[in-house]
Amino acid sequence: MIKQRKIYIIAVKALMGISISITVVLVFLLAGYILFKGLPYITWELLFTSPSYLSEKIGILPDILNTIYIILATLACVLPIGVGAAIYLNEYAKNKKIVGMIEYAAETLSGIPSIIYGLVGMLFFCQFLQMKTSLLAGALTLVMMNLPTIMRTTQESLKTVPQSYREGAFGLGAGKWRVIRTVVLPGCVDGIITGCILSIGRIVGESAALLFTAGFAHALNGLFEGLSSSGCTLTVALYVYAKEQGEFEVAFAIAAILMILMFIINFVSELVSRHFMKIRRV
Amino acid sequence: MKYKKKVLEDVIQGVFLILGMITVGFVLLITVYLILSGIPAIGEIGIGNFILGEKWASTASEPFYGILPFMLTSVYGTAGAIMLGVPIGFLTALYLAKFAPVKVKTSVEFVVALLAGVPSVVYGFVGMMVLVPAIRKLFNIPDGAVLFTAIIVLAVMILPTIIKVSITSLEAVPKEYEDASFALGATPVETYCRVSVPAARSGIAAAIVLGVGRAIGEAMAVMMVAGNVANMPHLFGSVRFLTTAIASEMSYSSGLQRQALFSIALVLFLFIMLINAALNFFLKRNKEA
Amino acid sequence: MDPIMTVRNLNLWYGKVQALKDVSMDIQERSITALIGPSGCGKSTFLKTLNRMNDLIPDVRITGEVLYNGKNIFDSSVDVNELRKNVGMVFQKPNPFPMSIYDNIAYGPRTHGIRSKAKLDDIVERSLRDAAIWEEVKNRLKKNALGLSGGQQQRLCIARALAVEPQIVLMDEPTSALDPISTANIEKLAVKLKEKYTIVIVTHNMQQAFRISDNTAFFLLGDLIEYSETKKMFTSPTDKRTDDYITGIYG
Repeated sequence: MIKQRKIYIIAVKALMGISISITVVLVFLLAGYILFKGLPYITWELLFTSPSYLSEKIGILPDILNTIYIILATLACVLPIGVGAAIYLNEYAKNKKIVGMIEYAAETLSGIPSIIYGLVGMLFFCQFLQMKTSLLAGALTLVMMNLPTIMRTTQESLKTVPQSYREGAFGLGAGKWRVIRTVVLPGCVDGIITGCILSIGRIVGESAALLFTAGFAHALNGLFEGLSSSGCTLTVALYVYAKEQGEFEVAFAIAAILMILMFIINFVSELVSRHFMKIRRV
Repeated sequence: MKYKKKVLEDVIQGVFLILGMITVGFVLLITVYLILSGIPAIGEIGIGNFILGEKWASTASEPFYGILPFMLTSVYGTAGAIMLGVPIGFLTALYLAKFAPVKVKTSVEFVVALLAGVPSVVYGFVGMMVLVPAIRKLFNIPDGAVLFTAIIVLAVMILPTIIKVSITSLEAVPKEYEDASFALGATPVETYCRVSVPAARSGIAAAIVLGVGRAIGEAMAVMMVAGNVANMPHLFGSVRFLTTAIASEMSYSSGLQRQALFSIALVLFLFIMLINAALNFFLKRNKEA
Repeated sequence: MDPIMTVRNLNLWYGKVQALKDVSMDIQERSITALIGPSGCGKSTFLKTLNRMNDLIPDVRITGEVLYNGKNIFDSSVDVNELRKNVGMVFQKPNPFPMSIYDNIAYGPRTHGIRSKAKLDDIVERSLRDAAIWEEVKNRLKKNALGLSGGQQQRLCIARALAVEPQIVLMDEPTSALDPISTANIEKLAVKLKEKYTIVIVTHNMQQAFRISDNTAFFLLGDLIEYSETKKMFTSPTDKRTDDYITGIYG
């Protein structure tokens, strides 16, 4: 083989090797650094108390609870809308213009940066609908953000429900709604679960959209009380502690918790998709 | 009985239609709100002064509202992140899609998915704790929170997007093309670089556009590492992006200053819509090819 | 006439399934050799062994030898890319690259190091003329090859294979995806090409094998049942199974 060819081949291989090493090393350094710096500061006291100005101690229990509240509230709203929209697109819609419009809207939503969601959420939910800065306003903002995700994953799994199932059910004289309830919906459970996991990941990681909608308060509240008052999620708390208050130890601890959460979420989503793939194949 | 059933079915269909249209409603809501709240300040400041003004001093006694520094910073920052992130991401994708053994591929894909899940504040925080001091020392500048630092952080943040979308499009290249190339005596490297990559170029372009969208829309991470001063962009100077301009003043702004922030959001939104249009163009071409 | 390629005791396994069983045959230079047999008989597998395209499939195991230029092509000293340059291939489905007609033809020569524009122009014209498609495409060389008809695409693929100046061209059911007129064109072309090249063609079309080939090999379940001059095989086959196949008893 001529020399030029050999050099080209070796150069491409070397560049690929460098790139893949950078990618992998980056992830390990990032994860390793955060865990190394953060794990020592994760204590029971940090996890299960509220911050107190009197004792000058910081606890992140309220932030953890707020995160859970906002996940629950967001999913409770976005699931019916997203699954419903996917069912409409896949099972009912005949008008191509409407389908195109909805799909275009979903694409647009998934491209909008979270800071813009935060701004519009503040203007619409907090001010126009007078929800004030509250977890509920934050959750509703996140509903807008996560709607395309739930729609897409549900739609994808709806497409894998064999047409013959529907035909079989229709053949028995079942009405459309009954077919959807008994045949179609159970068939797309995997898409809904995948969508939920992805959304939870996004909600846990979100900060810019929540800054001006859900606020920064660290008060310890129950679910309903919490939703109507201002509250900060773990991620926002990390920002506040790191950037505004210079509490780096707490920030590292939260960062480590977030990394572990993300690892778990990714792992579960991998398991779930493998599990469903196995079922599909049988 | 039959009639009742029909009505029920119609009602249910209507409910689903409404659920479907909520998506469209959200887009309209966002668009209308941004336009309504963004236009007044532009009118008051004057579109020329707003878009081309090189000075932003919103809290001065004689305020200036020029967002050219923010726009240029966003453009330069994004371009820099693309220049750093795309080659690394693309070559990683090429290796994973065409060369890697299955085990390596699945584990690296998992690792990349992990990178995609890291919250942007965590990127910002690590950037702030590690990169900022490192860059200050390395380049011997007074403060390491500069455009260059933001570019590195953004490059890392767009990596997963670039890798994932590139892999998908490389894997979609028909095997027949590659076989033909092998049969002509081309090596795997030559085949994948000269046949598969050109065949996947629309998809790779889409990956880059998605990366642009992510970089230009990122707020929190750059807020923590870019220094946040409204200068005209300089690689080793503190800068403020379109996104951070909104975020950093929103909590204490009022009056015209607040309205000008909404106008910035409108400009950012227009940028994003342009990027979306480009993305649609490439994706459509990908389908046709 | 000396054989250009000699196959000796070739066995091939996909995992645990044996796809070729102890096949031995000579391929004559500047002739057309047809490989026939029912689907799954191993004829395509055999063809792909001759330029080691089977290397690309995981889990393939091969024993025996294929001598080409006096050397076993499975020998570790053989450069597989050089082999494939000399033993070209045309596939069942026309598979031009999604590039211009010119770039399709120039791809092979460029890969093997030819950079001069004049030389490439020359090769492109010669190859397209050899493949009897020059007149149809000479005014649209810069147009995308995917815009051609199926038959034109297949002749373009033949031209692309010729552009690297192979000695042998392997054709894997090259007309099975084409209409009758395009098929006739390709057959005419194949007959013309044997003046310069050696052609090995897999076909499931008996008439095609009869019309164009000089020698025919009949495969059944991985065995080479019969290999002889085409006329002889079609008029007086020695094996009962060949007779059954030719007269249409199976597949």
